[in-house]
Amino acid sequence: MFVYLDNSSTTRQDPQVTRLMCRIMEENFGNPSSLHRLGLEAEKLMKKARQQVAQSMGAAAGEIFFTSGGTEADHIAIMGSARALKRMGNKIITSQVEHPAVLENFRALEQEGFQAVYLDVDEKGVIDLKQLEAELDENTVLVSLMQVNNELGSLEPVEQAGALIKKRSRANFHIDAVQGLGKLPVDPSSVKADLVAVSAHKIHGPKGCGALYMKKGTRLKSPVYGGGQEQGIRSGTENLPGDAGFGLAAELAAKEFSRRNQAMKEARRYLLEGIKAEIGDVRINSFEDERCVASVLNVSFLGTRGEVLLHMLEQKEIYVSTGSACSSHHKGQSHVLKAAGLSEEEMEGAIRFSFSHENTRQQMEYTLEQLKKAVESMRRVIRRK
Amino acid sequence: MEKVLIVKYGEIALKGMNKPYFERVLMERIRSCIKDYEEAQVWRYEGVVFVRANEPERMEEMAAEVARVFGVSTVSIAAEVESDMEVISQAAAEYMRQLRKERVIRTFKVETKRSNKQFPVTSPEISRRVGARILKTQNDDPAYPLTVDVHEPDCLLFIDVRRDKSYIYHDKHTGFGGLPLGTNGKGLVLLSGGIDSPVAAWMMAKRGMLIEAIHFHSYPYTSDRAKEKVVELTRILGGYCGRIKLHCVNLLEIQMAINEACPQEQMTILSRRFMMKIAQRLSQRIKADVLITGENMGQVASQTVQGLVVTDQSVQMPVMRPLIGMDKVDIMELAQKIGTFETSIQPFEDCCTVFLPKHPSTKPRLEKILDSEKALDQEGLIQRALEEMETITVQPGK
Repeated sequence: MFVYLDNSSTTRQDPQVTRLMCRIMEENFGNPSSLHRLGLEAEKLMKKARQQVAQSMGAAAGEIFFTSGGTEADHIAIMGSARALKRMGNKIITSQVEHPAVLENFRALEQEGFQAVYLDVDEKGVIDLKQLEAELDENTVLVSLMQVNNELGSLEPVEQAGALIKKRSRANFHIDAVQGLGKLPVDPSSVKADLVAVSAHKIHGPKGCGALYMKKGTRLKSPVYGGGQEQGIRSGTENLPGDAGFGLAAELAAKEFSRRNQAMKEARRYLLEGIKAEIGDVRINSFEDERCVASVLNVSFLGTRGEVLLHMLEQKEIYVSTGSACSSHHKGQSHVLKAAGLSEEEMEGAIRFSFSHENTRQQMEYTLEQLKKAVESMRRVIRRK
Repeated sequence: MEKVLIVKYGEIALKGMNKPYFERVLMERIRSCIKDYEEAQVWRYEGVVFVRANEPERMEEMAAEVARVFGVSTVSIAAEVESDMEVISQAAAEYMRQLRKERVIRTFKVETKRSNKQFPVTSPEISRRVGARILKTQNDDPAYPLTVDVHEPDCLLFIDVRRDKSYIYHDKHTGFGGLPLGTNGKGLVLLSGGIDSPVAAWMMAKRGMLIEAIHFHSYPYTSDRAKEKVVELTRILGGYCGRIKLHCVNLLEIQMAINEACPQEQMTILSRRFMMKIAQRLSQRIKADVLITGENMGQVASQTVQGLVVTDQSVQMPVMRPLIGMDKVDIMELAQKIGTFETSIQPFEDCCTVFLPKHPSTKPRLEKILDSEKALDQEGLIQRALEEMETITVQPGK
């Protein structure tokens, strides 16, 4: 039985999305910037896609700018804010558990002379609002937080953070909502976000497509120069088939929001309860309740190696992800699990299961059964030491 | 002027009665390496191999490829002219004119070899006459003068006078030397994915040995990427040895059995012995004469002299260890030269750390190891490992 449980890495593209994209690639190859009719048709399709993505986030179409993915959206938001606001101050704040798409921009800005603050997290990877409040000052020009942690699934308190940021500073507030879209309402105005990054391939859309939400009036100087497409925020000929695919995927995700989340929740609950009941000696790294998204479950199987479990499950056509690579050097360790304070053994045995609405009850039963076998066989080998 | 390649072969020239055999194999190897070139021809004449092809634009590329053939010591791109004093002088002057357009040459020297002793002018006199002609014709631009410097010339021009034709050249591609592939039997190399074993295989191939490879992994305790890495290393080796057969054997069942029944500190040495035994069994099937390993005295716990002795005694056939006395830095340098280093240092491991003992035995005793092996169904384990073996024919990469 084929069981795909690595949906936080990427999802299977929805066949409806594929069909739409194929049709556009074959029939609407025009450049939206062209003045002739083919250009106009392309522009219409872009407009529709922009509306679909905007609606799925509760934003206006004029606030959505297509990018090549979540990483580029984060890059434009962070570097663009820092450049536009550097005269106001040089302090930038983020958390220790962000995705490299955020962290690496912060490191680059540190090189340029910005003072970066990396907020601590608790054992579930959640930031402390008091620490954020203490760090915020008049000198702060940017705060970037993730809505949902990609490894643990924990929800970050972005709404409260937004209120604090707007009260205490003049900073731009950027949210990396790549793991949130489709699993939580992403509503930039209620969380007082100026910028929000999202990605298509995490919601059954195409790879290589993302978007940046930017509130009207946000000060930003894009680091991408070129022909001025996307109102100068992201130059480069539009990826029309990809953006249209993203539009449809976002519309479907919004329309089926409840049904999909319910399905994920059930799969997650079944596996979580099963692991707790049938496989002893585990540490549930994710929150077990509503403080974790329905799509992620991170568990450490003590006395095992996550990477070996991964390969054993792969032999049974079950695909998961690990928190750390099996290596005698510590190259492969997850910075998230480390920041959350997991021990070496807990990190080594960590597996991330990430669900989609396509996962069924039978798949979870099969996964639990295979998982149990794999863990037991591995423990027999390792426990001897 | 027509260009040919002059290929010199160092060590083969020293061979006595067997020289024609080595020369014939060398020519075959060169032929197969340039078979994609239009009208490629390879012939031997007076102790040198000549290569010609109707591809004037690709001479450099062809010279570099021929220089990779084992047995070749140097390759030069030469202009071929009639063996006539006037023709040679004129051609040499033209050759130098072209060359001075491509790079700055302010001083030169001519060196002549006259294998055709019937030629009426002696070697030093040929050099003098050619030099004089070059000086006379090349000094029309006062801003770019040319003079002779016999000690440190910018350009050393060679004239090789043979019976019908003479050759003018200046540059040499240095080959690896060694002996033509296939003149020294077949070896089965234990290829791990690390830095050493590909170098060991390359060194034996350079001595004329045909290579097949055997790789041991512990999937799913190791990643498929570790195997991909070994395939890539084999592909790089193939750039020197042609197509290579890679046999992949899963050692997991054996490692689990050892883990279950034997003292932990013997894990490494026992695994090594199983690998050797499996390799020996495969050698009989594929008719390999020797095993080749990248073992190196004292490098890791299993490569102490005691470790090597106990490993060695697991098989009855000779084990070649060409790196045994080398230092790690020298091995790494060689790996870089042959192009395997970057691939070797990728972080995927072929042996899972789960099975690595914290304190492996550095001074194993054969009696104790044999005792431990008695607790295992050796024959069954070896047979099952060989039954499950997967063989991949890896096409060469350049």
